[in-house]
Amino acid sequence: MDSRVTVAAPELTQASRREAIIFILKKAVISALVALLLFSLMIGIRTEAGPTGQLIYWTRFDDLATIVAVVFVGSIVIELLRQWWGPAPIATAIPPSVQRALGIAGKALPPVLLIFALLVPIVFYDQRYVIDTGIQVLTYVMLGWGLNVVVGLAGLLDLGYVAFYAVGSYSYALLATNFGLSFWVCLPLAGILAACWGVMLGFPVLRLRGDYLAIVTLAFGEIIRLVLVNWQSLTGGPNGVSGIPRPSFFGIPFTRDDDGFAARLGIDFSPTHRIVFLFYVILALALLTNWVTIRLRSLPIGRAWEALREDEVASRALGINITTTKLTAFAIGAMFGGFAGAFFATRQGFISPESFTFQESALVLAIVVLGGMGSQLGVALAALTLIGGFELFRGFDQYRMLVFGMAMVLLMIWRPRGLVGHRAPTVFLKQNTAISSELAREGRG
Amino acid sequence: MDYFAQQLINGIVLGSIYGLIAIGYTMVYGIVGMINFAHGDIFMIGGFIALITFLILVSFGLTAIPLILLIVLLVSMAITALYGWTVERIAYRPLRHSFRLAPMLSAIGMSFVLTNFSQISQGARVKPIPPVITGGHSLLESNGFVVRLSNAQIIVVLTTIVLLGLFTWLVSRTRLGRDMRACEQDQTMAALLGVDVDRTISMTFVIGAALAAVAGMMYLLYYGLVDFYMGFVAGIKAFTAAVLGGIGSLPGAMLGGLLIGLIETMWSAYFSVEYKDVAAFSILIVVLIFLPTGLLGRPEVEKV
Repeated sequence: MDSRVTVAAPELTQASRREAIIFILKKAVISALVALLLFSLMIGIRTEAGPTGQLIYWTRFDDLATIVAVVFVGSIVIELLRQWWGPAPIATAIPPSVQRALGIAGKALPPVLLIFALLVPIVFYDQRYVIDTGIQVLTYVMLGWGLNVVVGLAGLLDLGYVAFYAVGSYSYALLATNFGLSFWVCLPLAGILAACWGVMLGFPVLRLRGDYLAIVTLAFGEIIRLVLVNWQSLTGGPNGVSGIPRPSFFGIPFTRDDDGFAARLGIDFSPTHRIVFLFYVILALALLTNWVTIRLRSLPIGRAWEALREDEVASRALGINITTTKLTAFAIGAMFGGFAGAFFATRQGFISPESFTFQESALVLAIVVLGGMGSQLGVALAALTLIGGFELFRGFDQYRMLVFGMAMVLLMIWRPRGLVGHRAPTVFLKQNTAISSELAREGRG
Repeated sequence: MDYFAQQLINGIVLGSIYGLIAIGYTMVYGIVGMINFAHGDIFMIGGFIALITFLILVSFGLTAIPLILLIVLLVSMAITALYGWTVERIAYRPLRHSFRLAPMLSAIGMSFVLTNFSQISQGARVKPIPPVITGGHSLLESNGFVVRLSNAQIIVVLTTIVLLGLFTWLVSRTRLGRDMRACEQDQTMAALLGVDVDRTISMTFVIGAALAAVAGMMYLLYYGLVDFYMGFVAGIKAFTAAVLGGIGSLPGAMLGGLLIGLIETMWSAYFSVEYKDVAAFSILIVVLIFLPTGLLGRPEVEKV
């Protein structure tokens, strides 16, 4: 921090420059020393259970040296960059012409994205991998939009959203494998069941706020997962449920048989048909989520959510029924989670509690936060960035969550309001003025 | 009765470990007002560092167990405290005046970083060590059931008591403790009166991490294993303990820790082992709903 004072001075004298260099070097040396101490045992020494069960260890001092060197150089680079840019400007004034251009681009983006999404299976028909990734991204877009109702609109921080995803998945899996119900019957059932669980979670936590609410929802998510793991007779325990029926085209299965989808249409059978169908199903589900959310926002209940987010005490004073407002937010968010869960089950054909860990909740929450909490477009872009990024780093699978964690920390420092950081008021008098996210107050949850 | 006495002993030992972790949560919450989500992982790192130090010392031919234990304790406290300091410096300090969810999300990110860091650097498999402290005492014997108090259990409880004494002295009698209490009440005012707020907050994290390191080492000694994932569940339980005791209250954290340890042990002993975590998490929910200020906490008044 001191460096800014020396460098921001109008003219750089010889002495102040030398001071700055010494400061940077000192900082880098300290960082390197701290890194050396931190990593000396954790990286310098590697332990593993040997063949006899006895622990053995070996040294990795070369790795340690590399890391310390990286920290040293990295510290210098960061400090230089910081001085290069100088103190971060508090408010950037964007010229009106650029603002207008950005506004037009912002308006054009959703339809362009939608058309692109519709065309993906056609353009990439031969590349199954791309369509699969698309399905993955859309699943998270849907989850993000679902959680956005709870976190972005109602301002209730939910760290256990994956519980509803799990409820939806297991509802479909168990109903389909035990009673032979079809996907299209189970889908609404899964949504309703998840919504019921949402209300069940919502009731006890009505009085809680902020961090406490977050921890309770997290505990709730873990309880659901632990029950799924331990209730072996119903859920199959850690082995999960397998042989979940694949979806059919409203009753017509995607098989090679004579009454299959391909044969009926008189085209050659291809396994891609089902993937393409799945893609459109999740796209439709995601769009449904988006449409419902947008419609709800202009209904009294949506307004009540936003009021609740901005100030709970004030909205109560204005006569908003906090109980129903919170419960509907939980229920509707959970319902979309349940839909997404049912889709996940039918797509995978196999589910186990492993798919519903806290990491998933954190990932969906990260999507919502990255998307600017409340912005539908932002959530979609964030899901695309995060899940697409994960796919790009597929080769470095073990570093994935490490990088994700670091990204979350850096994001909070750099842009705590998300990438698409503005929150447009739904209701406005005469003129719609988008508030910069820096000015908007956070939800109190 | 004997069975119950045995479970009581086991519960108190487990509770001591939870209590040590819970103090870190409660201190940080008291001063900064955030849930340090990465604290459970700091505990895990402490366990790993204790394990590695122990391994090195043994392979150097050191045989005096008390000396080994003392060195392991000091090394793991020192290095883990440095972890706590670094985490605060990197992930929380820049966010001190950010919006309220930011530190929480940053802490979740940091928790992922620490978990995956130790998974990558030390491997995903469980690391067992042979029992270091052997032997014990039979307290009661009837109907063929022996109530045993092992030396490891004695050491865990004794260390906890000694550290708690030290820690209470630190908070109530030293300059640093006074600064900490001042920051807890009003950071701006404390700063105006010459308290270095940044340093005090750093020290809070350092002390919390050092206590978590002790908990990690005790866990290693008592259960004989560590793995990269143990911080998550232990962290939530310790947080439950802090909430149960009344977040912000130091004796409350220890009391909550003991209660959670006892409840978990009793639940495993009399109901089902599989659902012991469910029991602990349910307590968290029930306490927050019916007793949001905890047993020894002060009610939080909301100002408009």
